[in-house]
Amino acid sequence: MVGGNSTKVSGAGESPSRHPLATRFASFTKAVAKPANVLFTILITFVGLTAITFIIGRVMPADPVLAIVGDRASKDVYEAMYLKLGLDKPLLQQYWIYLTNVVQGDFGKSIMTTRPVLDDLITYFPATLELASVATLVGILVGVPMGVAAAVRQGRLTDHIVRIIGLFGYSVPIFWLGLVALLIFYAKLGWLPGPGRIEVYYDGIVAPTTGFILIDSAMQGEWEIFRNAVSHLILPSAMLATFALAYIARMTRSFMLDQLNQEYIITARVKGLSETAVIWRHAFRNVLIQLITIIGLTYASLLEGSVLTETIFAWPGIGQYITKSLFNADMNAVIGGTVVVGIGFVGINMLSDVLYRLVDPRARR
Amino acid sequence: MSDKATTVPAAAKQGLKAWLLSNSPGSMAHARCQRMYLNWLVFSANPIAMAGLLIIGALVLGATFAPLLTSGDGIEQHLADRLQPPSAEHWFGTDELGRDVYERIIWGSRITLYIVGLVGIIVAPLGLIIGIIAGYVGGWVDNVLMRVTDIFLAFPRLILALAFVAALGPGLENAVFAIAITTWSPFARIARAETLTIRKSEFIMAAQVQGASTTRILLSHIMPLCASSIIVRLTLDMAGIILVAAGLGFLGLGAQPPLPEWGAMISTGRQFLIDQWWVPTIPGIAILVVSMGFNLLGDGLRDVLDPRSGH
Repeated sequence: MVGGNSTKVSGAGESPSRHPLATRFASFTKAVAKPANVLFTILITFVGLTAITFIIGRVMPADPVLAIVGDRASKDVYEAMYLKLGLDKPLLQQYWIYLTNVVQGDFGKSIMTTRPVLDDLITYFPATLELASVATLVGILVGVPMGVAAAVRQGRLTDHIVRIIGLFGYSVPIFWLGLVALLIFYAKLGWLPGPGRIEVYYDGIVAPTTGFILIDSAMQGEWEIFRNAVSHLILPSAMLATFALAYIARMTRSFMLDQLNQEYIITARVKGLSETAVIWRHAFRNVLIQLITIIGLTYASLLEGSVLTETIFAWPGIGQYITKSLFNADMNAVIGGTVVVGIGFVGINMLSDVLYRLVDPRARR
Repeated sequence: MSDKATTVPAAAKQGLKAWLLSNSPGSMAHARCQRMYLNWLVFSANPIAMAGLLIIGALVLGATFAPLLTSGDGIEQHLADRLQPPSAEHWFGTDELGRDVYERIIWGSRITLYIVGLVGIIVAPLGLIIGIIAGYVGGWVDNVLMRVTDIFLAFPRLILALAFVAALGPGLENAVFAIAITTWSPFARIARAETLTIRKSEFIMAAQVQGASTTRILLSHIMPLCASSIIVRLTLDMAGIILVAAGLGFLGLGAQPPLPEWGAMISTGRQFLIDQWWVPTIPGIAILVVSMGFNLLGDGLRDVLDPRSGH
């Protein structure tokens, strides 16, 4: 009776009615059917990712050497870099060298920080991951109940309100919303702290073991810093969560509607089960599985969506790193950041697909 | 296209309505008009869709008649009037160079439409062609084309656009190119899916038997049938395109000053946020309203053109 649902998720790529995000990994969902296919898809995607970043970094700039050494470099430095980049070799061989470097985690050195790009990325990535994780969590905790409520009260006031909130979440430019929120809650009301991850005077007290400031400060018993970090997280994560909850609520609503129209729901009602039991124990259970894919998509998109949020809130994450490097013409750093976010993006989506297969007994066959 | 019905004088309406609703259309054109009219009836009965149409209509009108709606060009500076709050004279106040924010919003709508239009013109045909070729020809061509599409689908869109602009240098045209290259792939998938469902139909076979070339079948039999899905998707994507474009503009990678691009206006207005709130706030509202308009319009069009999706 519910057999059509797994195909609905995987078939999303073909339907123009779905939100753009849902189409992205539809092909993967299908591919995961066979482990060999998964590996192949990952491989192809990785080769594609590196090929495109290679083209962006090495082929598209008029003079990639100049982009790295700057126009005041002496002729010797220029020549040395020219040879180091292997620009005298054929293009395919250049790509091969680039690919082997990337596989070894070698993205070259950043001009801005003079450190290897990989080290920078390791420093900056946890901040982004922390922000995206908290925002996804908020999105789930708010979005799922909203979607369920809208489906249960379809066509009534609750449904309309959820629809309007969702529409707002899709349509609002996050960077602008962040500015307005800072204006209201920081500048005018003074309820919440301004930009940054923690107050400046707390800097350097907590040793970065995991890089997640919430975890680190809690582990080291620095509860004052923990509270401070939480208060700094509220605004940026709320901004990101706006988009997340809009998407999650919309999908939850349509999944729930699918389930509530099934015959087994009528059976449950006829049996005399309470409405709570029908909604949460029967319908929602089946929705849960489909939601995993949606949450994966959301999480991955927040990883990318944090670029603009980080700029607004001076959040020392990978998005800010990429944009700062961009303005310093630091191509190595930009490319390295792009590859890492790309891999994270693809990885999370793969993971959610695998999880989906594990949780849904029908998909295992 | 379909608002023909509303522009007809009241007297002629009776006859026209009967003509549009008659059960036996006399010609192909007649049938087509009827189809359009029926679609319009469904569409106009949907208040949400009409709200979207209204917003986008206002955007197009504003962009077209910008010289009539404003007294300047949105770029000229009046330093004596800098940072004036909203008033009868300056509806949305003035910015740090004394430029009227209302005028800049109106002129900025041209840039928004330019970006959205150009991306649409590049992306829809590109995706359509790749999709119908992959779907119709099949075999290894399908495999190769769809793998390439998958790679682009798998990319984080804003980051990739950022990297492209970083390599090409900031500017409006480069931003359009970067957005287009990260947007075309879903269209290829949709077109392919549509093609697969009709490729084995009898009318295609009939055309093949009559000796129609592959190109002819693709262009005049398959492509028109994919159009409605593509249009719906394009409208829904417009909102996303506007947000990415505004994001690039905000980061200083899109349209360059003094052009009144909305995202760039927020970016330069940022420093006046606390004391002159209107400078960065108003352009943000403009972006929000327009992208909401496209979302509403897309939802409405989907209900009309793609009844299968059900609602």
